[in-house]
Parts: sequence; C-alpha cells; structure tokens
Amino acid sequence: MLTNTAARVRRNLPVLLSTLSVLVGWEVICRAFGIRPFLLPAPSAIWMAVVPIWPNIAMHTATTLRTVLLGLLASIVVSLPLAMLIASSRTISAAIYPLLVLTQSVPKVALAPILLVALGANEFSRVIITFLVAFFPLVVSSVAGLLATPPELIELGRSCRAGRIKELLRIRLPYALPFVFGGLRVAAALCVVGAVVAEFVGADTGLGYLIQTSMAFFRTPVAFGAVVILAIMGIALFQLVEVTERLLVPWSSNLENNSNEEN
Amino acid sequence: MITLDSVGKTFKTRRGGHVQALSDVTISVRSGEFVAIVGASGCGKSTLLRMVAGLVKPDAGQLTLDGKPVTEATEGTAMVFQSPTLLPWMNVERNVTFPLSLSGRDVPEAREHGRGLLRSAGLAGFEQRMPRELSGGMQQRVAICRGLVQKPRILLMDEPFGALDALTREEMSLSLLALWHANPMAVLFVTHSISEAVLLADRVVVMSPRPGRVAEIVDVDLPRPRSFDQEASAEFHRCSKLIRDRIFSGASRAH
Repeated sequence: MLTNTAARVRRNLPVLLSTLSVLVGWEVICRAFGIRPFLLPAPSAIWMAVVPIWPNIAMHTATTLRTVLLGLLASIVVSLPLAMLIASSRTISAAIYPLLVLTQSVPKVALAPILLVALGANEFSRVIITFLVAFFPLVVSSVAGLLATPPELIELGRSCRAGRIKELLRIRLPYALPFVFGGLRVAAALCVVGAVVAEFVGADTGLGYLIQTSMAFFRTPVAFGAVVILAIMGIALFQLVEVTERLLVPWSSNLENNSNEEN
Repeated sequence: MITLDSVGKTFKTRRGGHVQALSDVTISVRSGEFVAIVGASGCGKSTLLRMVAGLVKPDAGQLTLDGKPVTEATEGTAMVFQSPTLLPWMNVERNVTFPLSLSGRDVPEAREHGRGLLRSAGLAGFEQRMPRELSGGMQQRVAICRGLVQKPRILLMDEPFGALDALTREEMSLSLLALWHANPMAVLFVTHSISEAVLLADRVVVMSPRPGRVAEIVDVDLPRPRSFDQEASAEFHRCSKLIRDRIFSGASRAH
C-alpha cells in the first residue's frame, strides 16, 4: 500500500512540479511587475478572494455541476439509441447523418440565446444547450464502435441463428463499449463548456453567471477562481469516466494505452 | 450428407459489375468425412463454406443437407474462422459456451461439455483466463472448442491455422485430428497449405480460381491415425504433387 502510494507520487511528480512552477512564476511576475489584480490577479489574490465567500462559490459550483451532469446524462440517453439506429441500417444512416452534421455546423454558442428565449431561462434549456454542445462526438464514436465489430463475430451470431436484437445486445454493443467511452471522454469535457455557455446567456446562478457578474464589477480574482473550479470540474469528470471504464470495460484498449504510458 | 450439385454464385460489385465466385461446383461430403479444400486466393473457398453454413445463398444449382435444401443457418453446423475472434469481455470458458448462450442452450451439462473440450484441447487450467492473456495458438484452440461445443455434425473451418506460425500449425493439426476422432463429424477444412490438406483429409478438393471451379478431387489413401512420419511416404508425395499440378495448371489456364 505504502509502495503503491509512493509509486503514485513518483508517477505524478513531473506534473505536480510543472504545475507548481507555473503558479510560482505567475505569482512572481504579478508581484515583480506590479500588475493590477483586475487585469491579472496573482494566484494568492485569487485564493484570498475566493476563500472568504466559499459558501457562495460552492452554491454556484453545485448549480453548474448539476447542469453538466444532466447534460451528460441527456447526451448518453440520446446518443446511444441514436447510434444503434444509425448503425443498424444504411438507409436510416443516410437519412439521419446529414441532419446531425447540420446541427454540428451550427455554432451552438450562437444558438444559445435563441434557445433561451424559446424555452425560457431555466434549467431545462441550459441542459438542452449543454446536450447540444456535447452529444455529437458520443454519437460518432458509438457508431464507429458498433460498425467495428469483426464480421466473423456477426457471422458467428448468424450461424447460431441469433436475431438482430440479440446480435446488437450480445455482440455489437459490448464490442462498441471502448469506443463509447472514448466519445464519453470528449463529451464530458464539452459538457462543462456547454453549461458555461448556457449560464453566460441566461442564468442567475452557476459559475458562468458568477464569471459574468464578477467581471461587471472588475472582480477579476473571483472570476479567475470560478475558471479554476471549472477546470477542476472538467478534470474530475474525465477521471470519473476513466474510473467507470476501468470497472465496466477492463479489456478496453483506451486503458491499455494509458497503462503503457504510465510504465 | 452434404451435396453440392452444379452450385454457382455471382456477386454484384459496388460499381454494378458482376463477379462469378463459384461456377458448377459439384461435391458430396459423407457424414464423418474430413474434406480439405485447397486453392489459390479468390477461388471462392470461403464462399463455398459460407454457403454450406447457410450464410450465403447459392444462385445456381442445388445445395442440400440430408436431402433438404440449405436456406438458412442450420443447427448442427458450426464454423471456425481464420482469426479466433473471441469476445474480449468473456473468459475462456464463457467464450466456448457463447454460441449456446445465444440460442438459450447454456445449461450446466453444456458447460461441463465445454470444460471437457478445453481439457482435451490442452487448455485445462485456463478456463477462467481472459482471451488477451492467451497466445494466438491457444486462442485458436478456444475458437475450435467454441465450434465443437455445439456438437456439430458438420464443422466448417476457414483457414483456421492461417494466422499461426509454422510450428504451432503442425501441433494444431494433430490436436485437431485428435478432437475429430473423439467427436465424430464431417469437417470441411479450407487451407492454402497442400501438406496440411494431405495430412488431415480423407479427400482433398482442388479448386481453380475465377470463377471458382472444382479442378480435381484427390483421395488421400493414408492410414489413420495420421502423423508427420507419413509425410515421407510415397502416397503423401503422390497426393501433394497431384494437388500442386492441378492448382498451377488451373492458374496458368486462367491467365
């Protein structure tokens, strides 16, 4: 256990050192050149601004986190059946794929204020915007996974007279899981982006809202604090996806690659 | 039991052209017989196997199994492919019984049968391992067990040792023969290797390409059980030479 912890520390030492030196360099530059905090606050100034109002910050974080998680959930719930539909038939794929690409070529940031007017400035529309920003990569990689099943396995299923549903559930879907998780990593990161965009245009809580209101009063350190929390949220989500993958899909090549990098 | 009477198959290409994969193929396989199919690439060997499996429909001639035309995948026919294609999320034992679980026959006796097959394939003690922990040869043994667990009357093998190294191939040939003796069934075995075909089979079907036709059917008159010592025998040389001549004369005619 102890050696395990020691090994982990040693493995993470480079990133810890580089992060630390960035922070120290940032602090030094801010102090040495006397940069005013509303232009670029030093890490210490951010800390001092955030800590006294932490209950407030925690509330905003919770709001944003909820939007992010609901958006991610919506992405999964919509993307997987959609991917199965697209993978199941060439005709359906030909009908749906162009529409999907169309939704992707529309900038969602531009769509956000319109949607907020149409759907109202509430949680539901923020989740919808988050979903729109995040779901596409999940669909694309899930479709790729469903179509990547070796043809021999499909023939095996057919020679055992398994129907299409059985083929999908017992062969194609498990085979696609590593691809699904690949898409999920991207979607998780995009959900944070989507939630903040939604909060920029229509919210009265959340970290996106906090950034906007803080900047209206030049309280740059608080805004920076919110940005840091968003970054941590993104990293945590990414880790959550990876841990889930480790549990559900231990055979995934995504993970094998990672463990190779670690060695 | 399997009868192909003037069977032909033409595929449409994407550009709208036609490729004749098989033409006028007439073969009959008796129950319990080991038949090898040898031929150059593109002679329709795999198509032939898939037809017998009921995965591809012939568009000329008659293909019957016990007198009944084959129109879909039938029980009692199992297939082994060139790559093991095991399911990476299941252990060895569950991979073997996977075909049974697909058709709802995954009962305890079947699982015991699967374990017995793994033992006779030299995989005792590996039941709980995951496929990626096994060597290529061992994975292919698991794939063969996955075919045998269905207690097939016909085992279709599509270059099953094609992806293995030469030494593993020889070893696998002998274990396949042992498994065949223990589990009587007709085997249709597609291969590129002439010596493999002669060593294993009762009869060797030589095919010539474009379109795939039967060039010759060679009876291998070697006693069983077979061993590598027989490679030195006159009969082995006669069969090998005959097969080689037929393959290359067919090829030169096609060009």
